[in-house]
Amino acid sequence: MDLTVNDQTHTLDLPADMPLLWVLRDVLNLTGTKFGCGVAACGACTVLIDGEAARACQVALADVWGPVTTIEGLGTPEAPAALQAAWIRHQVAQCGYCQAGQIMQAAALLAENPAPSDAEIDEGMAGNLCRCGTYSRIRAAIHDAASQMREA
Amino acid sequence: MSRAGKITRRTLLVGSIAIAGGVAFGVWKVRQPVANPLSPPDGVALNPFLIINGDGVTLVSGRAEMGQGAQTTLAAMLAEELDLDWDSVRVIHGPAADAYYNAALLEAGLPLAEYGMRDWQHSVAGAMGQLGKLFGLQITGGSTATRDGYARLRHAGASAREALKAAAAERLGTTPSALRTEGGAVVTADGRRIPYGDLAEAAAQRTPPQVEPRDPSQWKLLGRSLPRPDMQAKATGTAIYGVDIRLPGMKFASPRMSPRLGGTMVSFDPAAAMALPGVEQVLDLGDGVAVVATNSWAAMRGAEAVEIEWGPAPYPPTTEAIFERIEAAFDGRRNSRMRNDGNAARTLDNAAQVIEAEYRLPFLAHSTMEPMNATALYTDDALELWSPNQTPMVQARAAASAVGLRAEQVTVHTPFLGGGFGRRLEADFSVLAARVAREMPGTPVQVVWSREEDMTHDFYRPGIIARMRGAVANGQAQAFEARIAGPSVMHQAGRRMMGLPLAGPDKGHVEGAFDQPYRIPNYRVEGYLADLDIPVGFWRSVGNSHNGFVHECFIDEMALAAGRDPLEFRLDLIRPESAVAYRVLEAVGEMSGWGAPKEPGTGRGVAFTWSFGTPVAEVVEVRDENGRIRITRAWIACDMGRALDPSIVQAQMESGLIYGLSAAVMGEITFADGEVQERNFPDYDALRMHNTPVIETRILENQPRLGGAGEPSTPPSMPALANALYDLTGTRARELPLNRHFDFIL
Repeated sequence: MDLTVNDQTHTLDLPADMPLLWVLRDVLNLTGTKFGCGVAACGACTVLIDGEAARACQVALADVWGPVTTIEGLGTPEAPAALQAAWIRHQVAQCGYCQAGQIMQAAALLAENPAPSDAEIDEGMAGNLCRCGTYSRIRAAIHDAASQMREA
Repeated sequence: MSRAGKITRRTLLVGSIAIAGGVAFGVWKVRQPVANPLSPPDGVALNPFLIINGDGVTLVSGRAEMGQGAQTTLAAMLAEELDLDWDSVRVIHGPAADAYYNAALLEAGLPLAEYGMRDWQHSVAGAMGQLGKLFGLQITGGSTATRDGYARLRHAGASAREALKAAAAERLGTTPSALRTEGGAVVTADGRRIPYGDLAEAAAQRTPPQVEPRDPSQWKLLGRSLPRPDMQAKATGTAIYGVDIRLPGMKFASPRMSPRLGGTMVSFDPAAAMALPGVEQVLDLGDGVAVVATNSWAAMRGAEAVEIEWGPAPYPPTTEAIFERIEAAFDGRRNSRMRNDGNAARTLDNAAQVIEAEYRLPFLAHSTMEPMNATALYTDDALELWSPNQTPMVQARAAASAVGLRAEQVTVHTPFLGGGFGRRLEADFSVLAARVAREMPGTPVQVVWSREEDMTHDFYRPGIIARMRGAVANGQAQAFEARIAGPSVMHQAGRRMMGLPLAGPDKGHVEGAFDQPYRIPNYRVEGYLADLDIPVGFWRSVGNSHNGFVHECFIDEMALAAGRDPLEFRLDLIRPESAVAYRVLEAVGEMSGWGAPKEPGTGRGVAFTWSFGTPVAEVVEVRDENGRIRITRAWIACDMGRALDPSIVQAQMESGLIYGLSAAVMGEITFADGEVQERNFPDYDALRMHNTPVIETRILENQPRLGGAGEPSTPPSMPALANALYDLTGTRARELPLNRHFDFIL
């Protein structure tokens, strides 16, 4: 089975029903995508599949419908993506565990809506839980990244 | 692993190679210096908080980073005195070691209300705080990291700086006073720079100079909002948490322990689990099983597939029966009466009007985003642990004793914590990892819990019943009596963590009620401990989380009975007791426009709690939207003496409030058939972006001493919300969670 992650294609011999989350974390060692609940209730495992936000814990390997982008593929410490740079400027993360999922969800949101309102951000991000309560800074960082991306 | 992580690992693995002058110095006010646990192979550890090598300076934190930002502020204390460029600062978590004992936490153990402590009491408390060294209490908790580090780390940094200058002076044939420090180097009058790395060996040979840290007026880093050193990694998915540890040949395992907490396993059948792809072993742990597999998914599915018969729970099987047991504590011996001003009983007996209320608060889970886990490698005479934890020495001791080793044979690495909130003070996850690893010597194994296993095997915030009586006359409080019943966190934890049978009055059980700066002429607070074997633990703000609620809801009830405005009533009671607290309360009134008329269809509530050294007042606003309730806004005023990093303080204040509101609105752990019924986020959710209020925070700096940041905003959030709901609806909620009584927009 072939799986493309962050522009790299892997040929894998794994159970077809293995969730993408665990393929990423335990097989490909891409640990930026996090395990939070296993039932698509917290958003910590959010990745992009063909540009669309998906909960990797609920997508079986055989059902992956396109190329996968994880937090590692969005940007790197040396060359962060606009959203990641905004996250750093706004000092969003506390424990940070949910933030990869938050950022990937925000990436999907901005791809669809380059200038979201507060209400649209709230709606788009409602599936992502943060137990540290970093929500106000997440919202500010999304607005900031959106304006940077529009100017770019 | 990150580069910094490798430094720690190498340090520990080659611990027998002593460095020149590898002695502790700059450790503040400890008569017998504790041993410096650091011995880097290619650098110099000037003291337990500092490694200098050719690459620069690495600051070693004795406290875990679980989101609270402590590692940033602790690093800033050292960097301030050492004149390091902030951009160059690297921080790692140190090993489990006596040197990182937490003196502030021990000080907090004195049976005194913190707001009223006199200077001599602080100095006695400081002496008692040295007990931390004996106990080896290297704890990240109690909102103590910055309070504990403030003097020690600035002294350590100043001492190291002067040693480096002295070494440079000797080399250059001049005096230290002719030299200055800047950007990680000693600089001469004519501008020559000698990097610290070139001086460290020589500096370590010197007797550490004792110098006072700089006056705050000279600070360049402290007191400012600094970029957190962990931020870039956390925004790019490169930060390493416990579950991200990957070692060569590592296996994955997942536990399934009795859902009747502390109960036995009667029998199990591993067949269904063994049939799953990826499952390699089902280990019999006696009180449960662990399924070892090639990946976490197979391990978790396998654990679920094992057929198990469990024995009964060692506590009453239902929530109702558990609360009956808590209620029975009122009939038993009183554990404490830590406040007893005037004569509350006589005043209440003779009062014309007595207000009485009973509050019932549920058990709560910590629900960290990162489920419990630890990774372990057992060899016959050693255990290496990668454990996201708040208590490295407790982890080492507990894991060692579980596998028949001595604590000195255990190496503890502390990666980032995906949330702590007190859950990771416990050592159960490290113990499980150690027990699994012992069954497979030489093979590293990551033991990761499913969310369901995590939520149903917590050390819960205790369920509580509080019986309150109050009397008011002429608009003033005459008497306040609180009797609080529940299981004791401290008594359980003392046995669990230190093997000490703690007895006597339990301060934590009544904190947040007995120690508040209210001048009420007849004021009594009593604690009653329930005999209950449900595991209970330290939930963000601990006793304050329930007592802050009952105290502040009942003060509201008294204010309204007295025909007074709840904020004015509080201001009157607090003014004669604490000017610092008064100004906090006054500030939140001003911020929230308390005096101005409310918008129609809105309600407002105020609450105040002094906890972890920091007085915090909060106002919450709720709005009726077509019969459903939205929490619209919240205001926080706090005073921790000095805000060492205002951005982090603000983040912690918001965080604590949201954590509290989440619990107040929807948090509840219930029991049936001895088993916890809430298993995952759909059953035990929290506020999300769309239902979190807009929050405004003001940081005051009137207090003469430093206070904590991580917890004190949690206690007042819950009563402020309940008081706002009363203001809006006229319904007084005396049970939590509030969604039992109110229809929130969630």
